[in-house]
Parts: sequence; C-alpha cells; structure tokens
Amino acid sequence: MNALRATFTLFAKECRLEFRTRELLTATVVFSLIIIVFFNFAFDPTPAEARRFGPGLLWIAFFFAGSLMVNPSFAREQTNDTLDALRMAPIPSFAVLSAKMLANLLFLSIAEAILVPVFSVFYNVSLVGILGRLIVVLVLGTVGLVTTGTVFSAISAHARMRELLLPVLLLPFLTPLLIAAVSTTISLFGDAQELDRTWIVFLIGFDVVFLTTSWLLSDFLAEG
Amino acid sequence: MPITLALALLVFCAGYAALFVAPDEATMHEIQRIFYFHVPLWTAMTVVLSIACFSNIAWLVSRRPMWDLLGVASAEVGVLCCTGGLITGMLWGKPVWGIWWTWDPRLTSTFILWLLYISYLLLRELIEDPHLRATLSAVFGIFAYLDLPIVLLATTLWPRGQHPQPVLFGGPKSINHTMLTVFFLCMISIVSVMILILADRYRLEKLRFEADELRVEIESREMDSQSAPSVQGIVGKGLVHE
Repeated sequence: MNALRATFTLFAKECRLEFRTRELLTATVVFSLIIIVFFNFAFDPTPAEARRFGPGLLWIAFFFAGSLMVNPSFAREQTNDTLDALRMAPIPSFAVLSAKMLANLLFLSIAEAILVPVFSVFYNVSLVGILGRLIVVLVLGTVGLVTTGTVFSAISAHARMRELLLPVLLLPFLTPLLIAAVSTTISLFGDAQELDRTWIVFLIGFDVVFLTTSWLLSDFLAEG
Repeated sequence: MPITLALALLVFCAGYAALFVAPDEATMHEIQRIFYFHVPLWTAMTVVLSIACFSNIAWLVSRRPMWDLLGVASAEVGVLCCTGGLITGMLWGKPVWGIWWTWDPRLTSTFILWLLYISYLLLRELIEDPHLRATLSAVFGIFAYLDLPIVLLATTLWPRGQHPQPVLFGGPKSINHTMLTVFFLCMISIVSVMILILADRYRLEKLRFEADELRVEIESREMDSQSAPSVQGIVGKGLVHE
C-alpha cells in the first residue's frame, strides 16, 4: 500500500470515528465559545477595542481549544492497543502521523468556520471584504498548530497526566506562531485591511520547518 | 579534585576582579558590575543547551545511554544558567531601565526558552519507561532547540524593543581595556564552573542509571531463584532422574 493511500485510509478512519459521535468537535466549539464570552466580561470592550483585541482573543481561543483537541489523537489509540496494530502495518510511520494531522486540521477548521462568524456577530467586527485574506491567515496558522500539536500529542500520550502535559509542552512552543498569526490578523482588521507580507512568509516558514522536522522524526515517534 | 580547587581559585579571582579591580562604568556605576556575571551565564547557557541538542540527536542515531544521560544533565544545567541569567537581568533592569521586566525580544525569547526546557524536564519525569522516555524527550528536545531561532525572529519582528545594540561585537569600540580583561576572566570562570557542574551532574545520572540496571538484574535473579527450588523439589521427590 503506498503512503498516500495509507494516509487517506487512516484519515477516513479518523473522520469516521469523529463524525460518529462528533464529541471532539462539539467540546472544542463550546470551549472556544466560553472563552469568547468570558472575554466580554473580563474586558467589556468597545467596538474599537474589539477590533484591536479581537484577533488576540480569537487566536488564544483557537490555540487553547486546539491544544485540547489534538490530545485524543494518539491517546485514544491506547484504549484497545490499536497503536500497536498501526505500527505493525506495512505503511510508513509518517502516514499515520500525517493522517492524524489532516484529521485535526479538518476538525479545527470546522470549529473555526463556526467560531469566526459568531465572533464577528458578538463583537460587531465586519468581515466583509477581508474574508478571503482572513481564510489564508487562518489556514496557515492552523496548519502550524495542528502539525506540532499532533506530534506533541504522540509524545504526551505515553506520559502520566497527559491532558495537562500537552498544553504545557505545546503552548510555549507555539509562541512565535501566536505572535505571527495575531499580528497578521490585527493588520487585517485595521483600517488599511492589509495582509502583512513579512508575517505571511513567517507563517509559511514555520509550517514548512516543522512539517519537515515531523517527517524526519516520525520514525522515532512511532516507537512509542 | 585538583580541577575543582583550581576552578574555585579562578572563580574567586574573577569575582574579586569584577567587584574591585574593574573600573566604575560612567553612566550605570556599580550596578553595571552585574554584567560580569550576567553575560557569561548566557554564554554558558548557549554552550550547555547546544550540548543538550547534540546529545538528543546522538541518542536517536546511536542509542547509546550516555547520550540520554548527557542530554538530561545538560538540559538541567541549561535551565540553571537561564534562571541565573533572567534573575541577574531583572536585578540590573530595575535600577537602569526602571522596570523589572519588559517584553523585549531577547527577554521574551529567553523566558520562552526557560519554559520549554522546564517542560522538557517535566516530560522526562512523567514517562515511566526509560527507553521511551529517552527517545520521546530527545524528539521534543530537538523541536525545542529548533524553535529558539524562530522565537527570537518572531519577537524581533514584533515591533517592541528595549535591549541595547551589541556592545562587544559590532558596537562602538570604546571599552576600557581592564573592563574587557575582567569580563573575559569572568566569562572563562563561569563557563568552566557550568561545565564542571555538568560533568558532575552527568556522573550522578550515570550512577543512577547503573543502579537501575543492577536493580533490574537483581529482580531477574530473584525470579530465577524462586523458580529453581521447585525444580529441586521435583528432583528430590524422584520425579526427575538426575
């Protein structure tokens, strides 16, 4: 079985597993909504402040929710020792990792597709005219988040207190991604509505560097 | 032992020189003397964490236990240097900048570095199986080390900044000769102390590793000896001919 087909098969398996119950998606969306609601009571922002601080709020909600969402990727394979079966299968170990990355990317993108319009309505931030560019930023940020998140979930799956450990490992690591994603979104929500080229290149660079590193180290991750 | 004594003498000389021999700095006065400890701590941290990253790669390639032991020892010493550097930096920042902390690129990135290596050590604590612990923490260590230049780049591109431009290399060449000599003396002594601590920490980790190996061997021998009498019992009852 070639790597691409294996990835697709495993990706379909992940989707089937999730869409049977939709528990991960529901929990992620509700968790992010709670953060968005709490922001209102913690800061009581005016419309202008919402435009200024909104991008930070959105990304913090995505990062926190994402760091919880990627947790079961590998942890749920341990219940019935299905990870051993995956390891024994005659497929490259990166196929397993990339299938899980793709599935997480899909799930988090769906959550974002629900949350961004909700944010726009709650805080009176118009997305007209910037939606296309916002999607570019969201995709680049989310790819970086799920790539490293999935790798770290493979690491933390073997540890005690893994639910707490994963955000502790992942969030400091993602600081540069947060800075880049928030800065780009701020410039997009600003009066000029521009996409900052430097930060876009930075986001692409981050994604490429860590996707390549994950590919190089995937054999070692599969040992777990 | 002679090395430790020689190093203790060197540290004493360096400390004395930094506090009493080096001339007073024109604008910052006494508080500037903290630089003789602050900057060498960063240098030591860079050296030690580079050793940690090298050890992580070496473990994944060779699977020799020494690399895993060196990896954890150097990460711990790296965290020690980083903590020292952050504290001395804050002590200097309050009188000179008027604030303990600012979100400037270098401060932010070193703080994130500190967090990353603390989580590395935490990860090691939380994985039971020694082989798995070594491999997974090595992968995390490599990711963390790769993240550092990216963190520095991100915080530099982020439009805030308080740190001065380079003073020793690439800055204006107007440093007092005695100051420079004392500075390099401190640099050598602090880096050497950290390497000595690293060597000791490595030795301790090696002893722990050996003790664990022995414990496993004793347990397996005990299991063997528990099964052995039953065979003798069978022989004694005449069920097995000798």
